[in-house]
Amino acid sequence: MSHPSPPHQPTQIVFGMPTPAEVVAGTALELRSQPVPPPGWTPPWTREEDEEEEEELELPTEPMTVNMGPSHPAMHGTVRIVLTVEGETVRAADVQVGYLHRCFEKEAEAATWTQIFPYTDRLNYVSPLLNNVGYALAVEKLLGITDRIPERAQYIRVIVGEMSRITDHLTCLGASAAEVGALTVFFWMIKAREWLWELIEELTGARLTNSYVRIGGVAADLTPDFAPRLRDLIRRVRQTLGEVESLLVKNRIFRDRMDGVACFSPQEAVAWGWTGPCLRSTGVPYDVRKDHPYLVYDRFDFDVPVGSRGDNYDRFAVRMEEMRQSMRILEQAIEQIPPGPVQIDDPRISLPPKREVYNTIEGMINHFKLIVDGIKVPAGEVYSYTEGGNGELGFYIVSDGTGRPYKCRVRPPSFILMQSLHKLIVGGGIADVIPTFGMINMIGGECDR
Amino acid sequence: MAKADLDKLVATFPEAIVATHSHCGDETAVVLPSHLSEIMRWLKESGGFDLLVDLTAVDYLGRDPRFEVVYHLRSMQTGNRLRIKVQIGEIEGGPPPEVDSVVSIWPAANWMEREVWDLYGIRFAGHPDLRRVLLYEEFVGHPLRKDYPKERRQPLVRRENLLP
Repeated sequence: MSHPSPPHQPTQIVFGMPTPAEVVAGTALELRSQPVPPPGWTPPWTREEDEEEEEELELPTEPMTVNMGPSHPAMHGTVRIVLTVEGETVRAADVQVGYLHRCFEKEAEAATWTQIFPYTDRLNYVSPLLNNVGYALAVEKLLGITDRIPERAQYIRVIVGEMSRITDHLTCLGASAAEVGALTVFFWMIKAREWLWELIEELTGARLTNSYVRIGGVAADLTPDFAPRLRDLIRRVRQTLGEVESLLVKNRIFRDRMDGVACFSPQEAVAWGWTGPCLRSTGVPYDVRKDHPYLVYDRFDFDVPVGSRGDNYDRFAVRMEEMRQSMRILEQAIEQIPPGPVQIDDPRISLPPKREVYNTIEGMINHFKLIVDGIKVPAGEVYSYTEGGNGELGFYIVSDGTGRPYKCRVRPPSFILMQSLHKLIVGGGIADVIPTFGMINMIGGECDR
Repeated sequence: MAKADLDKLVATFPEAIVATHSHCGDETAVVLPSHLSEIMRWLKESGGFDLLVDLTAVDYLGRDPRFEVVYHLRSMQTGNRLRIKVQIGEIEGGPPPEVDSVVSIWPAANWMEREVWDLYGIRFAGHPDLRRVLLYEEFVGHPLRKDYPKERRQPLVRRENLLP
């Protein structure tokens, strides 16, 4: 449509060099001057009619199906989310897992009780020592030797477990921050994780696949300078956490993706089986270490942080605070740790020292029987649970009295968290999917087993 | 303590309890499949067991009934835990064994029941969306059954339409 012309517009506007006739007539200047707009006249491109016209033009918003994953850089591990979007809003979501399934249970049924430790390393592969400890406690409960584990071994399990919890949370928060653009935070947190893994590597011989815990204790004693190195490490990690917090807490981009996004109520969280930092972010103070103390957790003074709104920011804040509480536990544990053996003194369970294996016939036979036949676990069933990186890490094991488990089921916290992911992302924007997913902290190895 | 919860359960449903034990301190009750829904709803609403911790199955091949579905419950108020088991047999050449779904009581059971269907081939009556969860739809058999050989390989065949 054409806009009405302003009043007093000259009938003719002439461009170009003045002609001799115009110069003679004295109209050359008048014909080329811009018309002076009267007061109140606005150029057509700023008129309101234009805006109205643009508002009438609406984008077609038919529901569209978008595949997020399975191979997506922000998908920790491999998971596929089929989103039905309307514009920028997620209307429906179907979360599909299983791409990393590698038959943990089936393999475990064919392995001896000790051979399962390497499989547990690969469950939650950013905190493998917590899985080691959880599995060892389950077998020990069925063996009935929970009270006979040497104290020093229990302290070492707490120490390596809390170090793993810190690496777990560092990875989760660092990766989530990187996904919303805060790449510096990622580098700093991964640097701190690396310090922890260097110390773990010195102790266990591996960064990720530690297999350090044994049924009846741990594989080896702490290295001689472990305590001073751990104290120095805690100081540096604390400093890093402070720096990271100063980058994130007042960061508008980060807060926009975290505050009030993907809220979950405590009632819903319990109904959907949430545990761990995600449950605590909704305000339910359930922590296995406090509510059902195992190992020596009842001897430490630490707090269980809880959130109030159950949104992404609470999940972030709970994890930040949990790392600080883990460092408190570490400081107390390294003070209290008593000297002594790190393996139970029972030839039916722990391997004899190498000196005996190579020099005595009894030692060699004992070693051979334990390696080939495995530890004989009495028949029965048991469910044992610990606080893993993502929540209650349970092992339900059934034994038929032989050296191999009849069934070895792991209760994977992130698998159970993932089934309610669609509740969190439906109704939000596409841009909120990745931060929400990051704060759930699904670990592919644990979710798919 | 959890023992009191178990005693209360036995007193309320004496006809539905097959066996109980407290091995290693885990209070356990084996109940009849016909009363499962009723007992679970009672445990949630009157017993306070509001958290379904875990749901899995065990295949006791050669025993009758062959399968056991195992539920682990926790009360968020008291912290007590309870294990409920239900035994279901298999009809040779018949339809897959079936047990009532508890998704309507605890939504958390959704994926765990799908996983049991996927890996053990036990169906859950009343489940809203009983698809495979860890394996793909074209997979033949249920690998955690004891008669599924560990070495069996299957080609991964692709569905024609990748979208649901």
